[in-house]
Amino acid sequence: MNGLRRLLRTPEAVAGTMILAVLFAMALSASLIFPGDPQAIAGPALLPPFQDWSLPFGTDRLGRDVLAELFHGARTSLAVGLVAAGAALVIGAVVGTLAGFAGGIVDEVLMRITDAFQTVPGFLLALAFVSIVGPSLGVVVAAIALGAWTGPARVARAEVLSIRERDYVAGAHVIGMHPLEIAFREVLPNALPPVLALSSVIVAAAILTEAALSFLGLGDPNRVTWGGMIAEGRAVLRTAPFLSIIPGIALVLTVLGVYLAGEGVVETTAVRRSLS
Amino acid sequence: MNRALALIRRRLVGSVFVLLIVIIGTFLLLEAAPGDAVDAYIVSTGGDTGLIEVLRHRWGLDQSELTRLANYLWALCHLDLGQSVTFSRPIRDVVLERLPTTLILMGSATALSFGLGSALGIYAGARPGSFRDRFLSIGSLALYAVPGFWLGLVLIVVFAVDLRWLPIGGIETIASGKTGLDRAADIATHLVLPVSALGFIYLALYLRMMRAGMAEAWRQDFVLAARARGLSRRRIVLAHVARNALLPLVTMLGLQSAQMLGGSVVIESVFAVPGLGRLAQEAVAGRDTPLLLGIILTSAVLVILINLLVDLAYALLDPRVGASEAGA
Repeated sequence: MNGLRRLLRTPEAVAGTMILAVLFAMALSASLIFPGDPQAIAGPALLPPFQDWSLPFGTDRLGRDVLAELFHGARTSLAVGLVAAGAALVIGAVVGTLAGFAGGIVDEVLMRITDAFQTVPGFLLALAFVSIVGPSLGVVVAAIALGAWTGPARVARAEVLSIRERDYVAGAHVIGMHPLEIAFREVLPNALPPVLALSSVIVAAAILTEAALSFLGLGDPNRVTWGGMIAEGRAVLRTAPFLSIIPGIALVLTVLGVYLAGEGVVETTAVRRSLS
Repeated sequence: MNRALALIRRRLVGSVFVLLIVIIGTFLLLEAAPGDAVDAYIVSTGGDTGLIEVLRHRWGLDQSELTRLANYLWALCHLDLGQSVTFSRPIRDVVLERLPTTLILMGSATALSFGLGSALGIYAGARPGSFRDRFLSIGSLALYAVPGFWLGLVLIVVFAVDLRWLPIGGIETIASGKTGLDRAADIATHLVLPVSALGFIYLALYLRMMRAGMAEAWRQDFVLAARARGLSRRRIVLAHVARNALLPLVTMLGLQSAQMLGGSVVIESVFAVPGLGRLAQEAVAGRDTPLLLGIILTSAVLVILINLLVDLAYALLDPRVGASEAGA
């Protein structure tokens, strides 16, 4: 509880945590509050928001309930964002640890591969990957992770380079531990904090990339996504701009919530580390 | 100048390896794609099984993967990116045709985000912790959270549909017959909205970096020394604090170029700007994998060149960079 109180010291962190709490509630309760298919027709087409209180946010071109789509879209956004960012962090931490700990030719090769991934625009890579393999939730997650692991890899490598010179690593060598065991059980856990500090930025970027992919029609066609809703609304932008604007606001709030909460967490841990 | 040459040489050697990895990567993606060039050709022109065999042999597609990779590399050495299925033209020509538009869009957006971002960053960082600092920090975070394509749509709704101040999309008025300065002005008005949508997102990045760098620089001894020498506050802020915080922003300029190329894909599709990004989307829609991979290769080369330029600029701005190599 103490940690939570410390996290909620700044108003920005409070706002971020609250936004994320609401989003998680939306994502978890989506099937309870709006059971059945969110892509089913619920009323007349193009009903403006705040007219009919059974459909508070109105309906889209096909008469689908915008609020229900918004709830189910929260689920996709959060799931893709969190899983893709998690995968990127794991890949980055492993590659960075291997490169930093092994050194020499392994380091050289792994870092040139990292360079290559940073040279190709991540979004273009994701676009190519999804269009070649075919759009589904898993492929979208993999495509996003493919362009996002380089940052964590660089940070992990830099951290490992300084840790591997410590006495306890030398001690582990002396007692005959296998180098891979030292790398992943002794060095990696200690190199994690600065890597994890990147997580809010990576989650936010993953959510935005997913939205952009589904906006271009490369999201999972069987799921409601906010990016897809914005693309849908684009066809009637002149007459019903709210259809594009509402899911966009949801996206902005989500990403902002991730940033704010992330900054709060980083500040909290920084304070804790300077105290100890 | 010796210093700069040594830097270029070292960078170019590294870039060759990186480019080779990118090429092998695109080759693997090309292999993973369902169907090959012959299938695509037959779909568009028609033909029987005999023709398929002949074409596969003639285009070297019946050979081993290593041979095909070698052929691919050999073709790339001649700047031959292959044939686009959707356009029925060499990919190189299509890409080169679209490249200038994207460069103008990216260049203007970079100038906007870097110029305005660093200026606002100096304004915020001049007094760390003040109200305007906090306001700009939160505001820039909110801006950074906005998806570029959505900002583009909102700008269209406000400035093109409601106010009718600016055109809704495209790069110039079709068949207007304008030439010279008139045409340039026409293109400029068409670019205002896409450049804003692309540039405003990244503005936040430069603002925050500038602000953070300045907050750090304020604590350094040389600021205290400048104060002791009785320099005006304005001079300390601009010539000492901001100047020291500026260098990391220049590096960011290069790192950001890849992201901005990615961002221009959605922005160009939203505003129907016929650039490289829109071409990528057309390639996806037409299932034209070779074209898409040609675009990726071109972008990689572009990013490498931009980073080389940024490194050179950095070496000129900071005399410490590369000094040891020139001496060796």
